Amino acid sequence: MPFVAPYLDYHAFAPELVLIATFVAVLVADLIGERNKPLLGTIAGLGLLGSMVPVLTLAVADEPVRAMFGGGYVVDNFALTLKALFIIGGYVVILLSTNYIAEGDFWEGEYYLMLLASILGMTMMASSRDLVLIFVALELLSIPAYMLATWRKRDPKSNEAGLKYYLMGVFATAIMLYGMSLIFGVTGQTGLAAIAASPAIAGTAPVITLGVVFVIAGFGFKVSAVPFHTWAPDTYEGAPTPVTAFLSVASKAGGFVALTSLCLVGFATQEEVWQPLFWVLAALSMTVGNLLALRQTNIVRMLAYSSVAQGGYMLAPLAVAGHSIDGRRESIGALVVYLLVYGAMNLGAFAIVIAVARKTRSGEISSYGGLFQYAPGLTVVMTVFVFALAGIPPLGGWFAKFVIFKALVNPGTSAGYALAIVVGVNSVIALFYYARIAQQMWMQPVPDEDRTPIRVPPSLVGALGICCLVTLVLGVLPGLVGEIGDLAELASGR
Amino acid sequence: MEAFIDDWGLTAALFLPLVGAVIMMFVRKEDEAAHKQIALLTSVAVLAALVAVAAVFNYNDAGRLQSVIDKEWIPVIDSRYHIGVDGISLPLLLLTGLIVPLVIIYSWNHFPEPRNPKAFLILILILQTGMVGTFVAQDLILFFVFFEVVLLPMYFMIGVWGGENRMYAAIKFFLFTAFGSAFMLVAFLALYFLSSDPVTGAHTFQIPDLPDAATGLASGTAWLIFGGMFLGFGIKVPMFPFHTWLPDAHTQAPTQGSVILAAVMLKLGTYGFMRIPIPILPDAARDWAPIIAVLAVIGIIYGALGCLAQTDMKRLIAFSSVAHMGYTMLGISTLTSFGFNAALMGMVAHGLITGMLFFVAGSIKERFHTLEIKRLGGLLLQAPRLGWILAFCSMASLGLPGLAGFWGEFPAILAAYQPAEGLPVELFRVCMVVAAIGTVFAAGYLLWLLQRTAFGTPKEEWEGHHFHDVETPEWLAWTPLIIGIVALGIYPNFVFDITDGGVQSVLTAFSGG
Repeated sequence: MPFVAPYLDYHAFAPELVLIATFVAVLVADLIGERNKPLLGTIAGLGLLGSMVPVLTLAVADEPVRAMFGGGYVVDNFALTLKALFIIGGYVVILLSTNYIAEGDFWEGEYYLMLLASILGMTMMASSRDLVLIFVALELLSIPAYMLATWRKRDPKSNEAGLKYYLMGVFATAIMLYGMSLIFGVTGQTGLAAIAASPAIAGTAPVITLGVVFVIAGFGFKVSAVPFHTWAPDTYEGAPTPVTAFLSVASKAGGFVALTSLCLVGFATQEEVWQPLFWVLAALSMTVGNLLALRQTNIVRMLAYSSVAQGGYMLAPLAVAGHSIDGRRESIGALVVYLLVYGAMNLGAFAIVIAVARKTRSGEISSYGGLFQYAPGLTVVMTVFVFALAGIPPLGGWFAKFVIFKALVNPGTSAGYALAIVVGVNSVIALFYYARIAQQMWMQPVPDEDRTPIRVPPSLVGALGICCLVTLVLGVLPGLVGEIGDLAELASGR
Repeated sequence: MEAFIDDWGLTAALFLPLVGAVIMMFVRKEDEAAHKQIALLTSVAVLAALVAVAAVFNYNDAGRLQSVIDKEWIPVIDSRYHIGVDGISLPLLLLTGLIVPLVIIYSWNHFPEPRNPKAFLILILILQTGMVGTFVAQDLILFFVFFEVVLLPMYFMIGVWGGENRMYAAIKFFLFTAFGSAFMLVAFLALYFLSSDPVTGAHTFQIPDLPDAATGLASGTAWLIFGGMFLGFGIKVPMFPFHTWLPDAHTQAPTQGSVILAAVMLKLGTYGFMRIPIPILPDAARDWAPIIAVLAVIGIIYGALGCLAQTDMKRLIAFSSVAHMGYTMLGISTLTSFGFNAALMGMVAHGLITGMLFFVAGSIKERFHTLEIKRLGGLLLQAPRLGWILAFCSMASLGLPGLAGFWGEFPAILAAYQPAEGLPVELFRVCMVVAAIGTVFAAGYLLWLLQRTAFGTPKEEWEGHHFHDVETPEWLAWTPLIIGIVALGIYPNFVFDITDGGVQSVLTAFSGG
């Protein structure tokens, strides 16, 4: 058979191409000279914004779905929405990092390179509909992240963080790869649509079950679902805070994207296997995450457990996703909306942690005492973020939680209702530790009576502005993302 | 002009407080006078807007929603910006509109520690948006959002400006309410998915459309959905056994917070019962009514006994709220128009009277720095006007005929004699008797309170102290409430005329009302 060059739609690739160009530009600028160092962050940031342009042009283009490589690489609304999330989220992380990296004893150039590479992996993940591509994208987003976690190179905690993340990560990847090989062995296919169409996948053979379970377990590490979450708190605490923000939002979202396309497209007929699995993972993640978060005294560890719990909420709609096309659409929409809102509020919370740590040099929750008295602006914004995370209207989080509830109640099954109750009870538990931060900031005295104001650099102000605006606007006019959440293409199994 | 008010009056009342709050955010914290003026101006403007709405309201047709705005809000979930006012919500809206400016006037020279009028007044304005919004929302999701909006400002008000045990009280208030809301939200969603329009088959969140849409619900399901809403509203009211947050929150909150909590926020729960679960799920309401009635009278007796045991004046008033809300819920549980009217009257009366009582308690605390009943005494000698106002409010609260409180309690008890068809009459009559005994208790604890605090001679520790009597801001804040208490006492039809039409329309499903 003669070689036929695959069809390439450069428009569809443009976001990734811009990212690669930015990667090269940062690399070259870093090589040219020392005095370019302060520019690197700016170049990376501009490049990310630049890659948003094709995402937008693709979104308004008439062609709703662009598929390449035999359906292995698809650009549809689902992919575009998530690419936008990864790119904007990455931009906010760069804003968070600018001063942190420049003022600390860090390699600057390489930092931005790693970040860009990881974001590139995520944008690829959003489009991947093929086992091999998913694996490549996963490695591309993970390996730089392992290194970023160790970026505070003289701090043993950071080394521990990176090493733990790396070991757990590769272990999970191995399990996942084994699962994928089983699936491939049974079906002889790697494309998700082809797997779904293959008659072999529809059966109840133990080997298929094993494959599906292994793949989900592998990604369970990525999204830090209980019981695969043990790396998260240590890694989050040890890693530089901007990297933690990146891991807790972008990297987690990457895992969810893969889980969604794998289960809802590739293993669509195996819902008997993955629905109960997701049910248990979701219930465990939120309950264990919330209960452990109650006990934390360090704000980063608390946010780590809170993000485990938030991951549980996001897993919840997948537990009822299998019953119909309509249900799948509802679940995907809920998950994507949650990811978007969660991205804004969680990045925002980490931005405050970074800003406050500039003064207090501490991550203890008690160091937030009396923040309202000397930094009222930061306090109000942080209050917005924590209560948004808790899901209190009219802040963004309520709508995210609402669509989760809606997806769970929609099928009318007892499993769905039961999980909705679990989510409800957990929301109240979570409220307790989120409110504790507000209580520290508003109601407690200032420790050491040190009321020197906090100087917030402009890049951090920018990051806070973006996150706060998104959180507030989505809370009042959630229809804006509601439309995006309507992602029929993926649900219909293409 | 009328058309303009019809279109914009409610929306203005809803969002003006937020506009005021945003303006205040840009005014320097040190400029306290400006903050007070902006806040007062805003709340008076809201009151004016609400009065304008009341002026164009067609009282002959109070059962129909009026000043309706129905615009797209979140199309993906079929939720709409749908607001309107009818005979049930109008009195409560006016109550809200009245209380907030009075609270701000009272604050003029009574800012609780740690002062910060900017933040304090901004929170009050945000609260107002939430309260007005809850009373006008005609979409379940919109209702839910506004119902929750009041949580955060009140949490901060209690937690930052409250008494010694403020943090515990604040988080307790917050967690209790949020717990109920979570179940309420699930119930709303279940209602949305399980009900459908009999003609088009479409799901809906619109409260006026839901009674028709929900007719096809299986009775077991409806019972559960009602139960979810019962948790949400019952905690807010609060009903026994969910009342435990209330004494803490009321006692620890600053005076202004207590007044708003007692006067308006508790009514969100009772109003919710009248607006959502009962008209939408009439059959389930019949099943739940006896449970509600029994819990209501337990609340009456328990609240009264609680009052007798208190040593702190504010805590005593808080427990009396539990008892009073018991009467309101008893009126609601009868599912008759008589009971509903009584409940609405009780809500307005309780808002005026208990609001006043908390004001007075706040002023006493400010003068004596304590509300410990056994340290007080002889208030009539120390500050005679304040003492007489306290006496007046106690009389109103215990249900003295001729004052507003009477019209809240007495008809509610009477309504229990003949509940709606299909309800166990014997049970309700027993409840009636128990509730009537409760009024005796009420007279007991309030008169005893009066005797211990206002009568007698001042305690020795206050010898040589001079206490200034009622001051101008206090007069300004209290006079409208006192006038209201007397006016409604003499001519309760001010309220009954408005509410009756609205009550009839929500009770169409119950015959024999």
